[in-house]
Amino acid sequence: MQFFLEVLLGGLLTGIMYSMVALGFVLIYKASGVFNFAQGAMVFFAALTAVGLHDLGLSLWLAIPLTMLVMIVLAMAIEKIVLRPLVNQPEITLFMVTIGLTFFIEGLAQAIWGASVRKLEMGIDDVPLEYLLDTLGIAISQFDLVAAGIAFVLVAGLAMFFSKTKVGRALRAVADDHQAALSIGIPLQQIWVIVWGVAGFVALVAGLLWGARNGVQFALTFVALKALPVLILGGFTSVPGAIVGGLIIGASEKIAEVYLGPYVGGGIEGWFPYVLALLFLLARPEGLFGEKIIRRI
Amino acid sequence: MAQRQSGDVILDLQKISLHFGGVKALTDISFDVREHEIRAIIGPNGAGKSSMLNVINGVYHPQEGTIVFRGKPRHEMDTYQAAKAGIARTFQNIALFKGMSVLDNIMTGRNLKIRSNFLLDAIYWGPAQREEIEHRRKVEEIIDFLEIQHIRKTPVGRLPYGFQKRVELGRALAAEPSILLLDEPMAGMNVEEKQDMCRFILDVNDQFGTTIVLIEHDMGVVMDISDRVVVLDYGKKIGDGTPDEIRNNQDVINAYLGVAH
Repeated sequence: MQFFLEVLLGGLLTGIMYSMVALGFVLIYKASGVFNFAQGAMVFFAALTAVGLHDLGLSLWLAIPLTMLVMIVLAMAIEKIVLRPLVNQPEITLFMVTIGLTFFIEGLAQAIWGASVRKLEMGIDDVPLEYLLDTLGIAISQFDLVAAGIAFVLVAGLAMFFSKTKVGRALRAVADDHQAALSIGIPLQQIWVIVWGVAGFVALVAGLLWGARNGVQFALTFVALKALPVLILGGFTSVPGAIVGGLIIGASEKIAEVYLGPYVGGGIEGWFPYVLALLFLLARPEGLFGEKIIRRI
Repeated sequence: MAQRQSGDVILDLQKISLHFGGVKALTDISFDVREHEIRAIIGPNGAGKSSMLNVINGVYHPQEGTIVFRGKPRHEMDTYQAAKAGIARTFQNIALFKGMSVLDNIMTGRNLKIRSNFLLDAIYWGPAQREEIEHRRKVEEIIDFLEIQHIRKTPVGRLPYGFQKRVELGRALAAEPSILLLDEPMAGMNVEEKQDMCRFILDVNDQFGTTIVLIEHDMGVVMDISDRVVVLDYGKKIGDGTPDEIRNNQDVINAYLGVAH
């Protein structure tokens, strides 16, 4: 039982890390109806910039806000150079553009900071929390718990922001209909900068957490792939969905690996989430929390 | 219908021409809109009515001609600036924010009226919260006015067509516009829904003093509620005047019924 709990909790906490990446996708999808293929690249870019600045001798507390500024400048540049000329274009066009952006951002990050793996010390050890180990006999990483706390604050803030505020409403309006949004005086350009800026911020948080765990390297861009099943489960348009989806994916892949793995020679963790997502697509294509698409004929 | 009191010219369109490549959508069209009046634009399909509305709204920029808005010639005004200047609109094919509730849809219409700071807004605190409540009250008034209290929390995607049209009108009204552009507000409605919509349009005009420019195909409605009518055919103006004048205009009759060659 203890072992099961340990696997479950460990999985849930890893799931939260997936959620952080998925959140970035949800934000941009909500505000523009576009699947931002470049989110993984943004995670990589943000983490590499933060670590790069830190390695230059800046303290982490200075490097992180500086990186945030860089992400905002990046958001503004993307809006001005890429999105503005494409207002009212079909979603598939915008999607293709984000694929192009991916290569650009990945290249830019490596051109500036080099391609070597960098180590990120956040000052939180990735070791089991002693208190839990002593009292319950369960080994849960201290680092994972901190990550979960950060994720909770971030999600609560974003959910509030989207549902209660003027900017949040404007974001959802822009997602539904560009022309109608313009007609009631929503400044499309400004909204896009805000949403890409916020997605940049989420990318930075996700990048730092993943970077601290696995090292800051090109492989960070692949974490984004794990966000896909999370999004399919949670729904592309839901912030809470990204969290619940992440938890389910994280927990189920660990449990599958531990309990099913031995019978098929292991390595389930890598593909199990995708199978789960596939099954989910059959049963509930809009995801757990996604907006149900109603068609009138 | 009693003649309402119309004011000064608020919008003056002079010799507007608009073409897309070789297709001439509008040719040399001039007409004006007076304050507080209901001005209808009619014409057979493809006459350029929606293009005209889009020119006023700043979606299209005419290659030739001048638009004088409140006494000032206006250059290259885009949709956002038009909204800021007090021009609101509805669309021919309903353009609502489908995933959002009726309340939120109408609330977005207040967008330009809400002044709070982005950062305060983000944490939903203090002045931002007070402002939100103030605007919410205004939106409830509009909901009452349009008699859609019972559906205020429903996502608009689930509503029947007639109600969607009404919500779209509500969103436009929330901006407290000085000019309201309505693109076929009664298309696809049954008789009762049309009567309701007519009543709302007349009440908006009457109670809020809003100037209304509308495109409509239902001649009975147009002749009933408008003060003046402009008629387009193949992108050209073929008639302009009161409903009575238009009814007896030979060019208009020809355009609608065809002529023997």
